[in-house]
Amino acid sequence: MKENISNPIIEMSGVSKWFGDFQVLKDVSLRVFSGERVVVCGPSGSGKSTLIRCINRLEEHQEGRIIVDGIELDQDTQHINKVRSEVGMVFQQFNLFPHLTVLENCALGPVKVRGHSKKDAEALAMEYLQRVRIPEQAAKYPGSLSGGQQQRVAIARSLCMQPRIMLFDEPTSALDPEMIKEVLDVMIDLAESGMTMICVTHEMGFARTVAHQMVFMDEGRIIERSPPAQFFSEPEHERTKLFLSQILSH
Amino acid sequence: MSRSTLRYRWSWVDSVVLLGIIGFFGFIGYRVDTVLVYQWDWGFLPGYLFRWDEETQSLLPNLLVKGLLTTLRLAFWSIILATLIGFVTGMMRTSRRLFPKAFSRLYVELIRNVPPIVFIFVFYFFISSQIIPLLGLDTLDQRLGPTGQSVVELLFGPVSLLSNTFSGIFCLALFEAAYITEIVRSGIQSISSGQREAAMSIGLSRWQQMRYVVLPQAVQRVIPPLAGQFIILIKDSSIVSLISIQELTFLTLEVANSTQRVFEVWVFVAGVYFVLCYSCALIFRRLEMKLDSSRI
Repeated sequence: MKENISNPIIEMSGVSKWFGDFQVLKDVSLRVFSGERVVVCGPSGSGKSTLIRCINRLEEHQEGRIIVDGIELDQDTQHINKVRSEVGMVFQQFNLFPHLTVLENCALGPVKVRGHSKKDAEALAMEYLQRVRIPEQAAKYPGSLSGGQQQRVAIARSLCMQPRIMLFDEPTSALDPEMIKEVLDVMIDLAESGMTMICVTHEMGFARTVAHQMVFMDEGRIIERSPPAQFFSEPEHERTKLFLSQILSH
Repeated sequence: MSRSTLRYRWSWVDSVVLLGIIGFFGFIGYRVDTVLVYQWDWGFLPGYLFRWDEETQSLLPNLLVKGLLTTLRLAFWSIILATLIGFVTGMMRTSRRLFPKAFSRLYVELIRNVPPIVFIFVFYFFISSQIIPLLGLDTLDQRLGPTGQSVVELLFGPVSLLSNTFSGIFCLALFEAAYITEIVRSGIQSISSGQREAAMSIGLSRWQQMRYVVLPQAVQRVIPPLAGQFIILIKDSSIVSLISIQELTFLTLEVANSTQRVFEVWVFVAGVYFVLCYSCALIFRRLEMKLDSSRI
């Protein structure tokens, strides 16, 4: 399961971050290996979104080091752009570009960042739209799609950059219940293809199925990290037990 | 059933207001008629619109139509120039770098806090008189061939008045661009940060995020206020008459002075400005509706 044990694809060590006086991340260290799937959970405000947003520099960390695929995230814009083109991200609010069609949304990155021709980029886009099972919507604008469809397009858009790592920031939290499954199914497919994934989610069923590692965060710290079998059946910390009892009871 | 709630309601307040308005205008009409004893005479007007040229045996535009054409050219080029400047400085206003941000802020505040007439004089005497020779626009008419002259004349009006016309265009454009800057800035800032983050996450550079994601959406949002500003620009074009740009208001003043038909001339020109501005408003409304319906 873990290839390249000696060589993690994401290495965070001693990462701290403040929003003003409030410390969101407190000395966080996390290693993720290529092909590994990590699910991050924890109460709201625990810093889990901030943690993954630091990995592609949507947030800047103030202490510690983050190395992604051998590239250190520092002040060098080239490093940042390189990392961003290798790391895909899916947002809670989809964030599709409303002025572009579904196909154009997907082809934008390949054309402008990778320098593909429009034709190649659109072929690539169709391939991934097929993969998220939504090729028939290619010519539509995002505004006319359902939430679940929009989120699948967002996943396809990220995949078109052929990233080595995918980050998911609560991808199903803004969806109506009946649409959650179609998005999770796509994510499970992706997991089975061997993609390195870090997901912030409250979907514990999904976590049990796909995660290699569960990470539990509270108040800006990683409290516990273990494989799901152990995490769900015998959590070590009181805080984890309490959280799990709250989230699994209904 | 539900339509009845959409119907306009009429109450006694409306009747009182309407009577008041009718009474007011009746009074004005009465004053003009009996107290001023003004003899209305519109007969001179057509002669100031067009004149018969014996030499060429054709109808040529006279002062008022010439003025209208100058106003149209002035407004057209100023709108283009002001939009270009306004978009550049508007993007500078949202920059993360200090210099572009401070510079564009200074520009906007300087112009917004000086009365237009004062700005126009300052600009005309100190800046325009330097820029025009620098760009070689004052001697352009001598350097153009006959075809060049007729092209320039079509685009910018009489060649002999070129430097005058350009002063007017620059002046008006720089003045209005300050307001367009603020419109563009608010448009850019109204695009949610999620859009920018999504653009970042697929690896677009800062400029690409602006060019392909933020700006196209911002442009669509700012079209209504931009259209409003364009109409203000057309109206503001009348104040460049103060620096002797021979546009509609300037020439109207001349006609009013020489004919002594002050009432008729100004009432007529008010109508001309109204038709001009209102038709622009209608065109922009159409454009807006077209853009709205194309994206669903």
